[in-house]
Amino acid sequence: MSEQRPDEGKRRFLVAATGVAGGVATAAVAVPFVASMLPSERAKAAGAPVEVDLSALEPGQKLTVEWRGKPVWIVRRTPEMLKDVKESDASVADPNSSRSHQPDYAKNEYRSLKPEYLVLVGICTHLGCSPVERFEAQPQPFAADWKGGFYCPCHGSLFDLAGRVYKNKPAPDNLVVPPYKFLSDTKLVIGEDTKGA
Amino acid sequence: MAATQKQPVTGAGPFNGVLTWIDARFPLMSAWREHLAEYYAPKNFNFWYYFGSLAMLVLVLQIVTGIFLVMHYKPSAADAFASVEYIMRDVPWGWLIRYMHSTGASAFFIVVYLHMFRGLMYGSYRQPRELIWIFGMIIYLMLMAEAFFGYLLPWGQMSFWGAQVIVNLFDALPVIGPDLSLWIRGDYVVSDATLNRFFAFHVIAIPLALVALVGAHILALHEVGSNNPDGVEIKKTLDANGHPVDGIPFHPYYTVKDMLGVVVFLIVFCAILFFMPEFGGYFLEYNNFIPADPLKTPSHIAPVWYFTPFYSILRATTENFIWVLAAGVIAMGILVARSVTTRRARIATLAVVAVLLAAFFAIDAKVWGVALMGGAVMIFFFMPWLDRSPVKSIRYKGTLYKAVLTVFVLAFLVLGYFGTLPVTDVGTFIAQFCTVLYFGFFALMPWYSRMDKTRPEPARVTW
Repeated sequence: MSEQRPDEGKRRFLVAATGVAGGVATAAVAVPFVASMLPSERAKAAGAPVEVDLSALEPGQKLTVEWRGKPVWIVRRTPEMLKDVKESDASVADPNSSRSHQPDYAKNEYRSLKPEYLVLVGICTHLGCSPVERFEAQPQPFAADWKGGFYCPCHGSLFDLAGRVYKNKPAPDNLVVPPYKFLSDTKLVIGEDTKGA
Repeated sequence: MAATQKQPVTGAGPFNGVLTWIDARFPLMSAWREHLAEYYAPKNFNFWYYFGSLAMLVLVLQIVTGIFLVMHYKPSAADAFASVEYIMRDVPWGWLIRYMHSTGASAFFIVVYLHMFRGLMYGSYRQPRELIWIFGMIIYLMLMAEAFFGYLLPWGQMSFWGAQVIVNLFDALPVIGPDLSLWIRGDYVVSDATLNRFFAFHVIAIPLALVALVGAHILALHEVGSNNPDGVEIKKTLDANGHPVDGIPFHPYYTVKDMLGVVVFLIVFCAILFFMPEFGGYFLEYNNFIPADPLKTPSHIAPVWYFTPFYSILRATTENFIWVLAAGVIAMGILVARSVTTRRARIATLAVVAVLLAAFFAIDAKVWGVALMGGAVMIFFFMPWLDRSPVKSIRYKGTLYKAVLTVFVLAFLVLGYFGTLPVTDVGTFIAQFCTVLYFGFFALMPWYSRMDKTRPEPARVTW
C-alpha cells in the first residue's frame, strides 16, 4: 500500500472542490451578518408624514419640524426675500435646480409650491450638517455682499433664500425639497403630496 | 520528543522547577530569549525610541479603563449621555477612569504621531522593514476608526454631528455611496442603531484587530531587527557568537531605559489628567457637554485635534481647487513620463493622467475632497517605495531632504491648526497651499530623494 503513488490530479481536484464549497458556504453565512446592519423594519416604519400648523408663522420667520429624524424648515418669505432670490441667480451654482432633488412642483425659481412658503430639508448636501439661517441682507464674515440665506457652519457652504447653493462651495447640490402639500392655507403636510408619492 | 531534550531552566532560583515544567510543555524560554533576553537592539537608540513602548502602554491603559467604563455606560440614544454624566458624578472614581480614557485617546495619537515621525527621520520604513511600516500604518488606520467610533458614544453634540459628517463622507462615493452610508448608519440618520453598532466596533471588533496587529508589528520587527538613528544594519557586523557587535540585549538594557520613559510620560499624563483633562477644549470639546440634538448643528463643529489635518484637506477641496489638482496631475504626468524608460509605461502614464483629468471635471468636488482626505492617509503606505535615497537616516541625508521634511511637518501642523477653526477665505487658501505641500512631499519624493546630496553611511553605528 505504501508503494502506491498518490493520484496528484485527484488530490488537487478534491482540494480545489473543498475550497470552493467552503468559500461558497462562508460567503452565504456572511450575508445574514452584513444584512443585519441594514435599517431595521422599525427604522423603516418611522417615516410617517408630519402635519404642520402655519397660522403662527409670521413673514420672515422660520419654523423647524422633525421629519424622518431630519430637520425640515418652513420659511415664510417676505417680498424682499423673494426679490433677493431673483438677485442671487447669477451667484448660485444651479439657478434652475436642474441637477438638484426636489418634487417637480418645486422645480422653479423659488423652489416651492407657493412662492411665499419655502419648505426644505435642513441638511447640507455636502456632509449632512444643518445650516443656520442668516436672513438679513448685510455683510457677513463669510460673504461681504450677503443677500440673505443659509450658512453651513461645518464647511462653509452658502445657500440663498431658495436653498440654492452658491458657486465654488463644497456642497454640490441645492438643498433638498421634501414632498409636501397644503391641506389649507395654514396647514401643511410634509412627506406626502397630491400625487400620493 | 522536545520535552525530554530541552535544557532545564537555570538562574530563576526557587522557580527553576516550575519554569522547567512549563518550558517542557510551552515555548516559554525560547520566546523569552527571542523577544527579550537575546533580542539584540542597536545600542544607539535615542529619545525618539521611547514612543513604541509608550504606545503599547497607552493601548493597555485604554483597554483596562475601557473595560471599567463599559460596566456603567449604556449604549442607547436615550441613556448614553446621562450614563456618561452618571460615571462622572455618581460612580466612585468614575471621573478618574473616564478622564484616563479620554486623555489616553489623545495621548495615544501624540505618541503614535511621534513614533511615525521617528520612522520618517531615520528611514525605518525602508527595506527590509516595509512590512513593519505597513502593519504600523494599518494600526494607525484602526486607531483612527477606534477613535471615531468611540467619539460617538458620549452622545453629545460633537459626537452626533461628527459622526453625521464622517458617515456622509461615504455618501460621496460614486454608485455605492448612498447605500453604503445607509448600511453603516443602519438608519436614515445617525440614531440609536448607529450608536449601538459603533459601541460594538469600539469595544470588541477594533480592539481585537489592534491587539493582533500590534503583535504582527512586533513579530515583523523582531524578524528583521530594529533600525537605529544611523540607519545602519547592525546585523552586518557580528561578533564570534553571531550577535551584532553594535547590539545589546533588549532586556535588561532597553526595558530599563523604557521604564524611565514610562515614568516621564506618566508625570506628563497625570498632570493633564488631574489639572486640565479637557485640555482647553482640544481633548474634550466643549460642545460635547450638550446632549445630541439632531435638529441643530452647533455653530462651529470640528473634529478632535488628531483628525484636523485631514479634515482641513477635506475642506480645502473646493471647486476652484480642482484646477490646482488638475495642474498637479499634469505636472506629475510629465515628470513620470520623462522618468520612465519603456514606451508602454509612458502610454500608461498618459492614460492615467487623461482618466484623472476627465474624472476631475465629471465628478463633484465633494467626491475629490473625500478622495484627497483618504489619500492623505493612504499615501503613507507607499513610503518604502517612494524614498529612493541611498541612505536611510536623516543624519546622512542632505539639506534638501531636511528642508522638505521640515516643510512637510509644518504643513501638517498648519493644516491641523486651521482644521480646528471655522471656515474663512484666508484659512481655506492657506489650507489649500498646505495641501499642495503635503502631497508634494510624497509625490516628488522619488525625484528629490535621488537629487539630495547625501553623505556615506558609516560601517558601524555612532552615538
